[in-house]
Amino acid sequence: MNNKIRSTFKGGLGQLTIPLIAIAILFLFNLIRDPGFFSIEITYNNDGNAVLAGNLISVINGASELAVLAMGMTLVTAACGGQDISVGAAAAIAGSAFVKVLKSGSAITGGTVILAFLCACIVAMLFASFNGTLVAVFRIQPMIATLILYTCGRSIAYWINGGATPTVDSPIIRAIGSFIPGVPIPTPVLIVVAVTILFMLIFHFTSLELFTQSVGINGSAARLNGINSTLIKLLSFIILGFCVAVAGIIGVSRLELINHETLLLDVEMDAILAVAIGGNNLGGGKFKIVGSIIGAYVIQILTITLYAMKVSSTDVKAYKAIVIVLLVVIGSPVIKAKFAKLMSQLKSNKQRVSMKGAE
Amino acid sequence: MQDKVILQMRDIEKRFPGVLALSGVDFTLRKGEIHALMGENGAGKSTLIKVLTGVYQMDDGEITVDGEKVAIRSPQDAQNKGISTVYQEITLCPNLTVAENMFIGRGNGVLVKQKDYEKKADEILGRLGIPARSRQQLGSCSLAVQQMVAIARAVDMNCKVLILDEPTSSLDDKEVNLLFELMRNLKSRGVGIIFVTHFLEQVYEVSDRITVLRNGELVGEYLTEELPQVELVAKMMGKELDELNSLGESEEKKMENGEVFYEAESLSSSDALPFSFNIHKGEVNGFTGLLGSGRSESVRAIFGADKIGGGNVKIKGRPVKITRPIEAMKHGIGYLAEDRKRDGIIAELSVRENIILALQVMNGFFKPISRGESEAFADEYIKALNIKTASRETPIGSLSGGNQQKVILARWLLTHPDYLILDEPTRGIDVGTKLEIQKLVLKLAEEGVSVTFISSEVEEMLRTCSRLIVMRDRHIVGELKGKDLNQKKVMETIAGGEAGNE
Repeated sequence: MNNKIRSTFKGGLGQLTIPLIAIAILFLFNLIRDPGFFSIEITYNNDGNAVLAGNLISVINGASELAVLAMGMTLVTAACGGQDISVGAAAAIAGSAFVKVLKSGSAITGGTVILAFLCACIVAMLFASFNGTLVAVFRIQPMIATLILYTCGRSIAYWINGGATPTVDSPIIRAIGSFIPGVPIPTPVLIVVAVTILFMLIFHFTSLELFTQSVGINGSAARLNGINSTLIKLLSFIILGFCVAVAGIIGVSRLELINHETLLLDVEMDAILAVAIGGNNLGGGKFKIVGSIIGAYVIQILTITLYAMKVSSTDVKAYKAIVIVLLVVIGSPVIKAKFAKLMSQLKSNKQRVSMKGAE
Repeated sequence: MQDKVILQMRDIEKRFPGVLALSGVDFTLRKGEIHALMGENGAGKSTLIKVLTGVYQMDDGEITVDGEKVAIRSPQDAQNKGISTVYQEITLCPNLTVAENMFIGRGNGVLVKQKDYEKKADEILGRLGIPARSRQQLGSCSLAVQQMVAIARAVDMNCKVLILDEPTSSLDDKEVNLLFELMRNLKSRGVGIIFVTHFLEQVYEVSDRITVLRNGELVGEYLTEELPQVELVAKMMGKELDELNSLGESEEKKMENGEVFYEAESLSSSDALPFSFNIHKGEVNGFTGLLGSGRSESVRAIFGADKIGGGNVKIKGRPVKITRPIEAMKHGIGYLAEDRKRDGIIAELSVRENIILALQVMNGFFKPISRGESEAFADEYIKALNIKTASRETPIGSLSGGNQQKVILARWLLTHPDYLILDEPTRGIDVGTKLEIQKLVLKLAEEGVSVTFISSEVEEMLRTCSRLIVMRDRHIVGELKGKDLNQKKVMETIAGGEAGNE
């Protein structure tokens, strides 16, 4: 039994090692800097609900859109060996469509919200299929293919609501963006949990994981084993499209308005980064969704830590860059190989010492 | 032909970790001669070429150019010593002009007058009879002309020795002839050409001398006119003619008795010329021929691996359409690809995942094999095929070649195919595993599975197949069975039938 456990952990945590260590270091750093950083308290919000508050809660809450996008981005990365840089713009489109549908009815009811959600999903998935077709059928490099939507996406979002930035005033939307009355956990966090479970269910009930990895690692062999790699790549984009819609709706609901210019601006780079920090190979192949989710939280903790340290918002990006360079370099194959060599040397030294001891 | 020796390689030895790639190889090239370097895969041709061009450093031996002992340290060094190479794939820039391609990276000064080198390029092209203009974009020329431009570039660099590595593999007949004219032209100018190819006919058409390598050793150097094709094939494959004759009596194999399982009529694909073929239930047959003869392309067409051109296919007498691998799989056909690394293994995935892959694809996207079930399958086949792996979760890429191959075999066996196509299943794996695979093939046949077996080793095919389909230059040139199943007959057929050395 003991052996079994040991063999499970023999390879360490694998690709999750670095993101987990990063989180641990950031926690430790904050603990030393300000133990109050971790305090979680119950406060009452404007609606009179008892809700959780604190830095940790704002980290987990704030990273929701990023975490959802990172999950989808992981699939696209694994299948296509490239990234979708249009997710921010596509989220603006999905958010605009969401608001458009909400505003078209006389009153915002549960029914209209569901309808609007479905419409946003369909719109986002359609645009994702456009990206996916360029990549899977026409074999255009993902970054180039998605550059098109990246460039024009926010203009399309602008047209949807005729250039206005309409607000949506509804308790339902407020509930999605902040708290459901009676529930102390922010709703976006619950949505992340739901999407994560959805992914786990998909992985459990389909062969998506095996097929995606096969296509990403060795497309030629995958094809000769009967896998339709075009379809798998397209599918990864469509699933990302769903994630984009969810992220867009969270973003809209938080502000209770759609601003097509600023909604999830620059989120694509963070999403790609989350995938990379999660230990996933940006060249495609094997992946762990969990890694990307952790990666998203690493980025958010970093941001919140810097804000808590009173770093001005313009400087935050520079400091973030420094930490990210460190993370990425430590996770690089070169450093990994050096580290592995060092470890094996230490091991053999140890053996030599113990042998000497035996003599 | 002049007899002045321009290049001499003597006692060349090259070791790789665990392998002696070249041992005691001599090679002599004379001025104005086209010298074919022949050998099957793994014979050491490319290693020898790479030693000569400075890509590899030899471990022992000496090279003299023009009677002067030299050490070739890098490809650049080789070029400076007058040894130029044109590789199989064209390594020029298609978006530059012909002239730019001919002179790029060779500027002696920073400023080069465009007019000057265009004029010079046209002069060289004209002299060599290459149908291209200096200001034409290279990409707009045919492949053959691009190849010729590459040659012109090489030749202009003061070249004494020109190495052509499989220059004709992507050219059609007309283009090949153009290339040969250029080669003869260069020969008359005193350039020594080393010609590496798999096409026997081309060797006899253009070369003066042949050097044969086998297993990293020199078999011999021969004048082309004195070496009949049959003997060349025998030398490449490592059987002396006498020996072949003595092997003549091969035991009678069980002939096809069951129904015809698969039948193709003038089946063709983007890579295979139309051919007809059938296999009976429980039959083991094989495609043989030298590399590039079209044997792999033909079986790929059966599996729908390349774009299908046309033809009629029947399975158990019923017409079917197979245009994609999944359709072939649904009809009970499995295909173990020739290039294990490129088309077989999913390197970073575990042995377990690699084993269940094909079955999973057949089961469909929405019916994943459960973890427990897949572990049971993996354990079963790891044991049955004696796969040596640390655990079923070990990435397949870290296994030895033979064990990787067994995993891929397990993948197809798990689908319980009616017809299994094995393209070079024994290449690059140890003798023990080879025998295991051969035994497995015979066992499968006994159980009623039809098997098509391809191997570069004729003996292996004679041991396992009851019928051999012989291919040469992308056509089926014969079918051998019964008492015709012997090395001599096979080689004769590969080399060109009774006519021998036409």
